[in-house]
Amino acid sequence: MAERCAVLGGGQTHHRRVRDDVSIAGMLREAAERALADADMDWSDVDAVVTGKAPDPFEGIMMPELYLTDALGGTGKPNIRVHTAGSVGGSTAVVASHLISSGVHERVLTISWEKQSEGDTTWGLSGGRSGGTGAGGAFAPYMLRYRENSGAPENTGFRVALKDRRNALKNEYAHLKLANLTEEAIKESPLLWYPVHRLESCPTSDGAACMILGNEKAARAHSKPVAWVRGTAVRSELGQFPGRDPVDPQAGRDCAADVYRQAGISDPRKDLDCVECYVPFSWYEPMWLENLHLAPKNEGWKLTMEGVTELDGDLPLNMSGGVLSTNPIGASGMLRFLEASMQVRGVAGEHQVDGASLALGHAYGGNAQYFAMWVVGSDPD
Amino acid sequence: MADILDLPRDVAIVAFSQVPSVAQETRTEAQMLVESINGVLEQSGIDRREIGFTVSGSCDYLTGATFTFVQMLEATAAWPPISESHVEADGAWAFYEGWVRLLHGDIDSVLVYASGKSSLGNQQEVMSLWLDPYYLETLGVDMFSYAGLQAQAVLNAGKGKESEWAEIAGRSRRDALSNPNAQVRGEVDPAELLREDYLRGPLRPHACPPVSDSAAAMLITTAEKAAKLGVEPVYVRGIDHRADPHYFGVRDLSVSESARIAGEKAAAKAGFGPGDVDVAELAAMYPHEEQILVDALGLGDGVRLNPSGGALAANPVMVTGLLRIGEAYNAIRSGSARRALAHAQSGPCLQQNLVCLLEGGNG
Repeated sequence: MAERCAVLGGGQTHHRRVRDDVSIAGMLREAAERALADADMDWSDVDAVVTGKAPDPFEGIMMPELYLTDALGGTGKPNIRVHTAGSVGGSTAVVASHLISSGVHERVLTISWEKQSEGDTTWGLSGGRSGGTGAGGAFAPYMLRYRENSGAPENTGFRVALKDRRNALKNEYAHLKLANLTEEAIKESPLLWYPVHRLESCPTSDGAACMILGNEKAARAHSKPVAWVRGTAVRSELGQFPGRDPVDPQAGRDCAADVYRQAGISDPRKDLDCVECYVPFSWYEPMWLENLHLAPKNEGWKLTMEGVTELDGDLPLNMSGGVLSTNPIGASGMLRFLEASMQVRGVAGEHQVDGASLALGHAYGGNAQYFAMWVVGSDPD
Repeated sequence: MADILDLPRDVAIVAFSQVPSVAQETRTEAQMLVESINGVLEQSGIDRREIGFTVSGSCDYLTGATFTFVQMLEATAAWPPISESHVEADGAWAFYEGWVRLLHGDIDSVLVYASGKSSLGNQQEVMSLWLDPYYLETLGVDMFSYAGLQAQAVLNAGKGKESEWAEIAGRSRRDALSNPNAQVRGEVDPAELLREDYLRGPLRPHACPPVSDSAAAMLITTAEKAAKLGVEPVYVRGIDHRADPHYFGVRDLSVSESARIAGEKAAAKAGFGPGDVDVAELAAMYPHEEQILVDALGLGDGVRLNPSGGALAANPVMVTGLLRIGEAYNAIRSGSARRALAHAQSGPCLQQNLVCLLEGGNG
């Protein structure tokens, strides 16, 4: 890339089921002002604004970034709106990083959000038609197929949920904080879409995530540690056609291979210190471990069961508590990218992985067909 | 705050294909895009697998559904997987993202496409849904009503007259006669147009855009790739876009500050300005918007405005801006211009404006 890009600051809202204490603009400013403060910057220092969210009908506003221009300090600046289904929070960060790495701008504010309480997202996720089963209904068959193909024990999913929910207790911004959980309690929670139980599923959240990205000059001038963007990649494939493998999508495999190549990673299992990836339902942890080349085919569940993905494991995964604990859909991808940056900056607080210097942020969407990833590091090369 | 102007200047448009704009298209957006994308593949001779990045613009609200761009992906035949992104905006912003992507130098070609079928809903109501949901949308102001506010501001400022709007509408329809892709065309007497009743004062029907469906695709490449493909490049010398505040009450609606800034920034990159072009394709949906833009960009008498007929002759929302870039490209390719300006807009009352400065290969 022509220019180096780094995360100078990050911020997020306190995520809740309903944030009726703030307007949409107020909610976004909560995240953005935290990010600007972290970056030691003011609104006037921002060259461009890149916004992302999932479908507009979720809140009932067409292209809401137009109305948000004033609140996001966008007057007189370029404003770009990205939408790539569930991966959007990730791809929005990628688009924003390209404004830096191309050399077009020095400092860019990127923000993603959803205020799910304003509408009915299960209706929206069913294509705006009634009678749908939402994302869980769409993905359950793939999870079941994975379980059957891999022979993973039933409690793999419970183990993932237990880990992510414990991690969320360490994250002051997480939405669901469920203390004193057990595998048994997760198993006993209502079955939503076989094989997925309620406590193995993501919540519906209101929230926003924001990052300030800068070029090398801006990064070197910053007094705090930055996260250097070592690689970005997006991939898409058709959602339905004969022969497609929706359990282990090729687009995800290609996207990971591309971003590892850019970051100079030859053995991701060894080289990455931690991974924050988009796991909206428990079984997606072992599935993505394989898709991300972190485990051999049908063996991802072993890493989960051996404790490798625990916060104190060899390859911590979803240190923040993940999508299982916090799911403002449009922001969910950016929260993954943000968490990866916080880890390599060493600012993740109680959910910090000791000495993390190279991390992967991951997001996916559509019919498991849209992927966005970045690798960030504490060093530029 | 800093903008970096010393950028590579050899990104080029090498192919453009559009589906004719019509009042009601029976094909889906994906079907229209198959035709558009096949058009640019044939014109350029590029193989799909050589395309390094694909980026599109469209809007869920026109269809009244969610994730509608996912269906449009079908038209790209995204298998094996492709590097791809989407903006919820006019395709001109997808074009901008494609231009940014090409500056990196790791890929040499980008496919841009856009589609929109305004006929699927009540455009007047739909286009009120992008207003502030708390303070503006609740007023029930429809698309022609807020445009009428801006038109009145232009009248009050003495920057336009209703008779001039009829002249502009007449010119657009006359120019559209020679554009097979335009929708509203014909020889009309401006004096006759002024006898129409007001639709929303001070706007009469002739000063308002039609409801249109269309789709378009474009291939942009590096100069080296254009040479390899053996196609004549039209260079993107400068491009920029800027936003104004959303609220009508906090800006002077008779001027466009964001268009002015975008024009200046694009000019600084290009080394020539909006006033130096032969042709300007403006995404002015109303004659008073054309007057505001001509003012903001400093377009003189020597600049031929909207030879395609412009947005008054066909306004497929989400495609209109990309069509302007395509028509500016066509003007250079046909030899009627050496340098051209293309403009796109988004939001109510010209809230966001994009300016693109193009130059022929011999420029």
